[in-house]
Amino acid sequence: MDFLNAIILLLNYLFVPALSYGSQLALGAIFVSLIYGILRFAYFTAGDLMSFGTMFTILFTWYFQSLGINLGFLPTALIAIPFGIIVTIFYVLLKDKLVFSYYRTKKSPPVMLAMVSIGTMFVTQAIVRIIIGPFDRRFFDGEKFIIRANEFKEMTGLNEGLAIKSTQVITLFVTIVVVSILFWFLNKTKTGKSMRAYSDNEDLALLSGIDPKKVVMTTWVIAAILATVGGALYGLDKSFKPFTYFNNMLPIFAAAIVGGIGNPFGAFLGGYVIAFSEILLTYAYKKFFVYLLPESLEPDGLLQLLSTDYKFAVSFSILVVVLLFRPSGIFKGKVL
Amino acid sequence: MRNNLDVIAAYSIMLGLIILVGFLQSWSMALSILCLCLISAVMTIGANIQWGYAGLINFGIMGYTALGGLAAVLVSAPPVEEAWKAGGLDMLLCAFIIFSMIFIIRLVLKKFSKSKNRNYIIAAVIVAGLILLRLISAPAIESIEAINPATTGFLGGMGLPILFSWIVGAFFAGGLAYVIGKIALGLRADYLAIATLLISEIVIAVIKHEDWLSRGVKNVIGLKRPVPFEIDLQGKEWFINLVQKFHQGSLNLISDNLERQQALKQLVIESSTVFVKLCFAGLFTAVVIVLLIVTQKALYSPWGRMMRAIRDNEEAANAMGKNVVKQHLLIFVLGSAIVGIAGAMMVTYDGLFTPGSYRPMRYTFLIWVMVIVGGSGNNFGAILGGFAVWFLWIEAAPIALFLINFFTSGLEETNALKVHLIDSIPYFRFLMMGVGLLLIMRYRPKGIIPEKIKRV
Repeated sequence: MDFLNAIILLLNYLFVPALSYGSQLALGAIFVSLIYGILRFAYFTAGDLMSFGTMFTILFTWYFQSLGINLGFLPTALIAIPFGIIVTIFYVLLKDKLVFSYYRTKKSPPVMLAMVSIGTMFVTQAIVRIIIGPFDRRFFDGEKFIIRANEFKEMTGLNEGLAIKSTQVITLFVTIVVVSILFWFLNKTKTGKSMRAYSDNEDLALLSGIDPKKVVMTTWVIAAILATVGGALYGLDKSFKPFTYFNNMLPIFAAAIVGGIGNPFGAFLGGYVIAFSEILLTYAYKKFFVYLLPESLEPDGLLQLLSTDYKFAVSFSILVVVLLFRPSGIFKGKVL
Repeated sequence: MRNNLDVIAAYSIMLGLIILVGFLQSWSMALSILCLCLISAVMTIGANIQWGYAGLINFGIMGYTALGGLAAVLVSAPPVEEAWKAGGLDMLLCAFIIFSMIFIIRLVLKKFSKSKNRNYIIAAVIVAGLILLRLISAPAIESIEAINPATTGFLGGMGLPILFSWIVGAFFAGGLAYVIGKIALGLRADYLAIATLLISEIVIAVIKHEDWLSRGVKNVIGLKRPVPFEIDLQGKEWFINLVQKFHQGSLNLISDNLERQQALKQLVIESSTVFVKLCFAGLFTAVVIVLLIVTQKALYSPWGRMMRAIRDNEEAANAMGKNVVKQHLLIFVLGSAIVGIAGAMMVTYDGLFTPGSYRPMRYTFLIWVMVIVGGSGNNFGAILGGFAVWFLWIEAAPIALFLINFFTSGLEETNALKVHLIDSIPYFRFLMMGVGLLLIMRYRPKGIIPEKIKRV
């Protein structure tokens, strides 16, 4: 019985939160990785693009709420996401036309493009803050929990409760759907294959008649979709605050690099690696061992490897270690 | 000569703008803008050495700035003797353990050839060291933080004059840069950017949460100053006389004696802040000029030519027998040390150390905007960038207010859009920075004052 309690404890405080946080990071990391693979620069606007998409999702959610449209026990934001995606797609394509295409045709070095993306980062951040303000906003409605902690306790008769928030399930479900469609697209369709070819060897791809404009456009569209979905899921699960989104750029980059930048599947796994290690290293294991060990061996301290203040630092340290020993990422292999 | 005229014109315009602020808003405001412009200029000199001379991207400026600030605290804050008694020795022991760990690992790396066993030994040393550190430091930290947590709760500093910290800050930042450079300089340009950005976040996390060292988010306030405090100045005979002399004309117009005394008192209070800021501005200007002379000399020395050669064609420079890795490391350390000076200067100027205020937007990306806008590779350009961008960053709000009022003048005061726009004025500075950066990169990619190569 104690063993089961210990397992449930870990599931509740470690596994479920890490899984949903990891999915949110993974969605971001995939698009950063795609942009790095195809457009060949580090996209510093990543976090702010996510907040841009989320902002429009929130605005549409409010609009639908004012019309009285809702999804019952599901959050209204789910209907708003597609509209948010459309606006974000327009925004990134406009940005590409006005800003990035110039440097691409000029064949500027990647560093230049990264600097330009810092410029767009400032602009995007300003737009978000001017439209919706810098404050914390919650836009979740509908049923909050699928299983409540005390319901679970009553159901199973265990001491530990397992609470599963509906946002966590939605996050996982949506991530699986989006990511499977994405990988199907990249691996099976003609456009997806041409994207991979372009990322592998640009000159060869151009020689074989692949239209670079189409490839670039598709990349931006995918980036906008992933950014909006990832951002909206994060906002549903926690809350929406532009500054947090900007900060999320850092673990997203860490995930993308850990997974081997330019490799979306690696980035997908990298998201989970980062999320799990952040939570595993900062969790206090005291209660877990109280369940498992006999009373005489009970630990005194919290058994916490690192204080939760260092949550971000964990992912960055992993990144540094990976860069030191395997600069091409944990999951290298074929690019894209 | 024509090019020099450009530089002079650009600087005169900048100075004119600051003086204009003095007339339109207040002299105190103009001088604080000037002081922060000077500090920004020091940061841009540091970043420019790395990017402009050697083509290294360093997105860790925030980390070095914070380390410089930490140096200011550690040098000038009075030591907390009880805390030293409670846990000082243990913390020193921890430092010793860390050094011996590094030493042992280096020894292992040297003595053993590359093998699995060597990796295991290193891992064992690290794990054992970490456990030992944890066991020793945890009670020590607890007892240090328990001592008078409302006012101290940390080890304190050395109680030396704060000016020393400018040098110590440079050493701190340079030391960190040495470690980071050893780790990350082999990476490709954009990896280096991301790696330094993330490492600087780690530095901030440590400074924020190690309360025994820096008081963390509780902030250190009331640091020493190299210049007099306003309140002391207001009581000084010579200062009051000076103010009286300066404002003789206007004071004489007031006939009533009591009123004249009141007016003088008001003037003394106002002038004291201006005077203090003038002192700061003088100190900072001295630093900027010294750095400018040194970096200019370096740029046109054989060493500077070598750096440019490495930047422009690494392989060719390597083939000529230049040690690219070593030079990169050197310039990385030098540039970061200069940023460290700026960090210490900033804390000196503010008189307080607030780890929570170090954010990448303000301390990394803004500095990069300054370097790019000003003109990378040219020190005069970088300094001008620091001035211009900081000026715009501060004056963005009034400018935005003016523009909004101008464009929405047809709307009523209570119009929802207008009210919303006026509420979000602080965020227009981001927009201005972003648009400014994009425009400069598109139409003047070399910056306002581009790099000039002197042919010898």
